[in-house]
Amino acid sequence: MTREEVLRRAAVAREKPAAFGPDLDLAAFHVDQLARETAERAARERQMREAALGVGVDLAAGQRAGTFLQVDQSVIARRVGAGYDGRIDVLPTLEALEVPWVAERLWSIVAPDTDKYTAAAALHPTGGFCLRVRPGERLEEPVQACLLIAETALSQNIHNVVVVEEGATVHVITGCTVNRAVGGLHIGVSEYFVGKNASLTFTMIHRWAPGLHVRPRTTVVVGEGGTYVSNYLLLGEVASLQMYPLTLLRGRGARARFQAVLCGLGDSVVDIGSRVVHEGEGSASETISRAIGADRSKIWARGQLVARTNSCRARLECRGMLVSPAASIIAIPELEAHGVPQAELSHEAAISPIAEEEVAYLMARGLSREEALAAITRGFLNVDQLGLPPAIARSVDEVLAATPAGAL
Amino acid sequence: MDRPVLEVCDLSVSVGERPVLKGVSLTVRPGEVHVLLGPNGGGKTTLLMAVMGMPGYRVTDGRIFYFGEDVTALPADGRVRKGIALSFQHPPAVRGVTVGTLVGQIVKRRRSAGPSLEELSRPLGTDALLDRDLNVGLSGGEVKRSELLQLLALDPALALFDEPESGVDLDSIAVVGAGMRRLLDRDGAGSAKAALIVTHTGHILNEVPADHGHVLVRGEIVCRGAPDTLFADIRAHGYEGCLTCRRCLSTLAKSPTEPAARAAGGESVARQ
Repeated sequence: MTREEVLRRAAVAREKPAAFGPDLDLAAFHVDQLARETAERAARERQMREAALGVGVDLAAGQRAGTFLQVDQSVIARRVGAGYDGRIDVLPTLEALEVPWVAERLWSIVAPDTDKYTAAAALHPTGGFCLRVRPGERLEEPVQACLLIAETALSQNIHNVVVVEEGATVHVITGCTVNRAVGGLHIGVSEYFVGKNASLTFTMIHRWAPGLHVRPRTTVVVGEGGTYVSNYLLLGEVASLQMYPLTLLRGRGARARFQAVLCGLGDSVVDIGSRVVHEGEGSASETISRAIGADRSKIWARGQLVARTNSCRARLECRGMLVSPAASIIAIPELEAHGVPQAELSHEAAISPIAEEEVAYLMARGLSREEALAAITRGFLNVDQLGLPPAIARSVDEVLAATPAGAL
Repeated sequence: MDRPVLEVCDLSVSVGERPVLKGVSLTVRPGEVHVLLGPNGGGKTTLLMAVMGMPGYRVTDGRIFYFGEDVTALPADGRVRKGIALSFQHPPAVRGVTVGTLVGQIVKRRRSAGPSLEELSRPLGTDALLDRDLNVGLSGGEVKRSELLQLLALDPALALFDEPESGVDLDSIAVVGAGMRRLLDRDGAGSAKAALIVTHTGHILNEVPADHGHVLVRGEIVCRGAPDTLFADIRAHGYEGCLTCRRCLSTLAKSPTEPAARAAGGESVARQ
């Protein structure tokens, strides 16, 4: 799609509400950073480093294949780790618009006129990163990216492109959080391309603030024999968060696995789903989400499996646990098979309480009620299965240790 | 004489609105192993649950003392910290919490030095269970060994066992028995540790001999005595025979701190 075509389609959609989630008035947010030096100053601040660490991004760590850090609309850090030169490319999106491997993919699998949020990202782009892992490169260390909002009422309009070439393997850890900002909007358009026999593991941790609105718009294409693994953790309160990423398993034998851990805290309105379309012969996916509804939070947990080939298999598991009488969880699993009688799709959705019998049992092993609740909640969320880096695991533990007891 | 580890004084307990225990008294001294016998529904599990302080077992009358301290109102976790622990007959499944995680946590917070998780687990043959979720899909024997592993890590002064041999094959009973002896230091040169064991079959007593027996029928202790004798009498006369004896027991002294005296009386009555 040409640049002109992108802008033309975006302009038409600038007022178009999203299919799901609360509709936002984008006029309430600004894209021009009011104080340019804010980001540079913030970059030096210890709090910012701690905020990044809280979402799994260790800016001081040497053992990273690559690092990208954006504060508000400014790129603060962009580096390729020692030993990774020539194996990966890490570029700020706004500087990479003419780079062929970026240009040919921008807006190729996310439509700019999807809704007013994609339109805003097309009309007023403010950053993001592009990552390419070259063919056959199996990265030993993860690539980390942190997108941080420090200025209140800012609209951070990110566009990311990740390309994992044939036979390459990478783990990308992305942390999105705030430092000082009390309100704002984060729009994140992401287009990921997993090549033949390539593997992309994407761990994303969101830890926003009560006044933040978040609208990611993601599409992933997985080629023949490729694997895409998505770990998503929502750990903090957020004003509203709505996303329904689409994964297209195009290649023969393409695989995907999605694991989401959603902590609904405070007055959060969270509408999250995962849509997987199975096109490649023998493609398969597994989607597992765990949601805890605390305080006055509302969570919509969606999932849609679409079969377009006879030989695909897919499973959707969606479990919710309410720990507050003022919280809501709405689980909406959907299965679609179109002219493919041999396709095998299944789903399992459940909303259940914390079993007092289990709490009592753990207390009979010396755990306090709060510790027992945290252990059960953590077990319910399946966090151990995610294989998270230690810093992220600690961060999850802190949130869980504080959540259920307070909510009850 | 040593201060009793456990004194249950005129304890009445309701489960929901249903009264289950009615004025039960029992004293366990350091180093003693007591066995609790009785028909299904008689209140044996309720007594253990109440001593452990489990929610849902409401004490409506009476007191529970642990080394002279009134623990009647103390929650279960507080009682564990003082040194009471219960091996459940049917522990709940807890998804996402592994046996190893829980026992590791218990070992970590232990005040005094003691065996590691591996040292505790190996003799019980529970290494393969450490990565399993608590009581999820475990066989009867595995559940019992997992419970025992947890108790070994807790190292209580008073261990409560609810049917430790139920659903367990004979080989596993030997393993469980060895673990219980280890827990109670029964293979060593004497121990101050005490236990209260609920058993239906009495098989576990071949592994862990008991010093005192009590028969609990319809929420009341109706007989006390030497465990072997009680078993022999129950085999001969059934628990209905114990109820007959109860009339005779009512004439005996009701001192909860004198189990030995009542044991003698119980024996003579039970033989009638």
